[in-house]
Amino acid sequence: MSTNGKPKFAMYWAASCGGCEIAVLNTGEKILDVDANFEVVFWPVAMDAKYKDVEAMPDGSILLTLFNGGIRNQENEEIAHLLRRKSQILVAFGSCACEGCIPGLANLSSTEQIFKAVYDSVTSENAQNYRPQFHTTMPEGDIHIPKFYPVLRTLDQVVDVDYYLPGCPPESHQIAAVIDLVIQVLNGQASLPLKGAVIGAGQSTVCDDCPRQRNVKTIKAFRRIHEVEELDPELCLLEQGIPCNGPATRNGCGALCPKAGAQCIGCYGPANGVVDYGARLISAFASVIDSNDPEEIEQILDQIPDPAGQFYRFNLAGSLLRAGKPAWKQ
Amino acid sequence: MKKQTEIEGKERIGVYVCHCGTNIAGIVDVEDVAAWAEKELGDRGVVITRDYKFMCSSLGQELIEKDIKEQGLTRVVVAACSPHLHEATFRKACENAGLNRYLCELVSIREQVSWVHTDKVAATAKAKAVVAGGVERVIHHEPLEALHVPIHPATMVVGGGIAGIQAAIEIADAGFPVYLVEREPSIGGHMAQFDKTFPTLDCAACILTPKMVTAGTHPNIKIFSYSEVTNVDGYVGNFTVTIRKKARYVNEELCTGCGICQEKCPAKVIDDIYEAGLGYRKGAYIPFPQAVPKFPVIDKANCVFFERGTCKACQKFCPTNAIDFDQEDEYVTVEVGNIILATGYDLFDPRQISQYGYGRLANVFTSMEFERLSNAAGPTNGEIVLRDGVTKPTSVGIIHCVGSRDRNYNNYCSVICCMQSLKFAHLVHERTGATVYNFYIDMRTAYKEYDEFYQRVLEEGTLFVRGKVAEVTDAARLSIEEGKLIIQVEDTLAGVQRRIPVDMVVLSAAMIPRHDAHDVAHLFGISCSANGWFIEKHPKLDPVATMTEGIFIAGCVQGPKDIPSSVAQGAAASARVLGRIQQGEIALEPVRATVDQSICSGCRICNNLCPFNAILFHEDRMVSEINAALCQGCGTCIAACPAGAITGTGFSNEQIFAQIEGLMRVNFQHEKMTELA
Repeated sequence: MSTNGKPKFAMYWAASCGGCEIAVLNTGEKILDVDANFEVVFWPVAMDAKYKDVEAMPDGSILLTLFNGGIRNQENEEIAHLLRRKSQILVAFGSCACEGCIPGLANLSSTEQIFKAVYDSVTSENAQNYRPQFHTTMPEGDIHIPKFYPVLRTLDQVVDVDYYLPGCPPESHQIAAVIDLVIQVLNGQASLPLKGAVIGAGQSTVCDDCPRQRNVKTIKAFRRIHEVEELDPELCLLEQGIPCNGPATRNGCGALCPKAGAQCIGCYGPANGVVDYGARLISAFASVIDSNDPEEIEQILDQIPDPAGQFYRFNLAGSLLRAGKPAWKQ
Repeated sequence: MKKQTEIEGKERIGVYVCHCGTNIAGIVDVEDVAAWAEKELGDRGVVITRDYKFMCSSLGQELIEKDIKEQGLTRVVVAACSPHLHEATFRKACENAGLNRYLCELVSIREQVSWVHTDKVAATAKAKAVVAGGVERVIHHEPLEALHVPIHPATMVVGGGIAGIQAAIEIADAGFPVYLVEREPSIGGHMAQFDKTFPTLDCAACILTPKMVTAGTHPNIKIFSYSEVTNVDGYVGNFTVTIRKKARYVNEELCTGCGICQEKCPAKVIDDIYEAGLGYRKGAYIPFPQAVPKFPVIDKANCVFFERGTCKACQKFCPTNAIDFDQEDEYVTVEVGNIILATGYDLFDPRQISQYGYGRLANVFTSMEFERLSNAAGPTNGEIVLRDGVTKPTSVGIIHCVGSRDRNYNNYCSVICCMQSLKFAHLVHERTGATVYNFYIDMRTAYKEYDEFYQRVLEEGTLFVRGKVAEVTDAARLSIEEGKLIIQVEDTLAGVQRRIPVDMVVLSAAMIPRHDAHDVAHLFGISCSANGWFIEKHPKLDPVATMTEGIFIAGCVQGPKDIPSSVAQGAAASARVLGRIQQGEIALEPVRATVDQSICSGCRICNNLCPFNAILFHEDRMVSEINAALCQGCGTCIAACPAGAITGTGFSNEQIFAQIEGLMRVNFQHEKMTELA
């Protein structure tokens, strides 16, 4: 391993889709600044590296690690601990690491249900009904694969995290701004934010960046975008019955979806004051339903076809409950 | 995502566990709870724990005061009864010892523990958890100061029935101004329609009209009749109320109340309100001779001039030229410190119970119709006759509980119907000599001299049948039933079905909330029960206050009641208001919601949720703000705010999560866990 005197940089993906890595690459020329200012020591998606190389590094020798992905299996957890030990600054990068994201939705299902979906669905060819075997004894000896955990955990449920950079994926300009900040810190031109801060995002909600007109809200019906014949391009989507998560979602994306006529689905995670994102939204939506008739209210609520997906798409693993009963019961 | 920050610098916390005699100590091992808290919660700052027979006694309070002074306590947790009862007591004790009163937390181990559990071990474990929750929570408390607001000396009374009149006179007599708002042209309410009042049989008008006159001529009372409140702004001590004075087309300054317009008016209309549909009034009318104020009203919908463009008979004959057809609704704004709502009740419409035949069978009457029939000033001059206006009945059936105590309509008892029906029986007996039957479920003649009246009516020979009437029909089966109304009833005392033919049936209809009770409640920022009666602050100990400071209720608006109770409530409400006025200012609980303007992005979800209209939206900055004096700390907006931008003083996320953490300190390993869950 070379030692060119530059601070060391690492990036890792655990249970995630890879979108975060692409978002980093999407910063364009900014990526050259990373190279110019850092020595990249570990970044499996971009360069060859071995876990044992990281293990060999002195503790705290990596200045900055961007960790994306949730903790789904034993390997994820081991690397999270390893990188925590080796890094001075560990950033939960992207929605999966911060709050569980889409992989976290599997927390509504038991391991067996998940395996059934993966290995027995119509898209699988698995006539022999194979299932992952975590221990296999072969003539050559015992073989292990990482244990699959019953629930997916966020990075800070496993190790101590210094900063959170939300988004699914984080917007490239926000990543670029964070890279700039870190470089300024290195050059003594800026100081680091307080530990535990959310970086690369705003401090209020998507509504703050959304140009749509907002009025006092009363909702008679929830509708999906394709059910609306003519969407008012100027008016708040929620007022038009489109269940937009903007009011509870941290800003940072620039309200991209509402500007394009699609509801915010909440990828930047909970806003500053929000402890449980889904619970907040549920009580907010329930508060503006314009009916006093229990049956009508029930019927309006039924118009949200997938409540878990609507309210906890990104945040289930990071919510107060963290997981559904089937996952806990195992 | 965020870790809770640890509290810097430890507090010195005292924990006091109350036995409440055996109320708590009978189920909860209070000594064990105190010892546990001392041992296990020491790391959280608990420096002293005590248990005491009655913490609320002056000795108990002195214990706390002494510890605050001698031990330098900075926080106090009292584990006793519900905060509703003694929170103020213990806060006061803290204040006496120089500790800010809001640094005291009361946790309920009586209502929430000892009274709801039977298993001593589990209940003790739960009491420990509740105490630990209180300790964790109190750490996050902040010293607060009560909000002082001045009280405007004027009062508004809404509703000019007997309760409202009583309240208005009491306050006015004490020397403070009152605005009395009445929807109808005259004050008087339902009582003005009655003839006799039970149990004394004194004439309603004779006892009511002097009060009406007093209210009408009192220098401190301004009556807005034929008027409605359209808007209420402000908060306790400082309400701004807008009143719509409906155009009566009569200039009140010029009118002398001579009644010539009424006499000359050619339009004759059935009087649905005052005469309950049994009599007529004119298009220009004074509802009844003793009306206060005396000014007539021209009923636009039934005025020949407004209908056809010609007539103006009233104007031609008016000696003072007071008729003004160009008059328009007038909006008046007044400032008041307190408001008493005495808007009364509506009568249940017995048409809903079609088997009783009201509206279909001519000689079935409602109780209000009977009141008018029996009233000497009524359409028949007090003659009790059938619908034809001449025939005296020889037999009358009076049915109790029509629409009351009936799960199909109203579960509640309307309170007055038994006594009212007895009064009817007496009047029929006295005036017609007819045979009278009363059909009752249970006789309810509580209160002073009520049962004596029942005995008297029994002795007069009224026949009582215990049973709920199944049907009133004119389909005769026997010759003696021909031309009669037949009451089909199960006589539950004799265990037989009876068919009783009568000439006249009177239905003692239920009292129901005003049809617009929910709107009125919303307008004034108070709550209705599921039935629609306004909800008092405490059903026993605070019957005329509401959860909204400065809004009081009196009379039937709070639930069915008789005249003495309505008068008592009117007086009680006025006493509460006078107390406020005398204080000059009021200290408001500083439990308030506030919006963190840096987080609020103006999504406006909270904007129309506030029952107290305390939220205003700044269009220019796109943020919502809460008026601290209007806010009652109910928490509705806090729950709704999707951005978590709204916090309630004393109920912050930190406080609530800390309390939950505290509750979790106790490991429930008990077979009765399910009971606790």
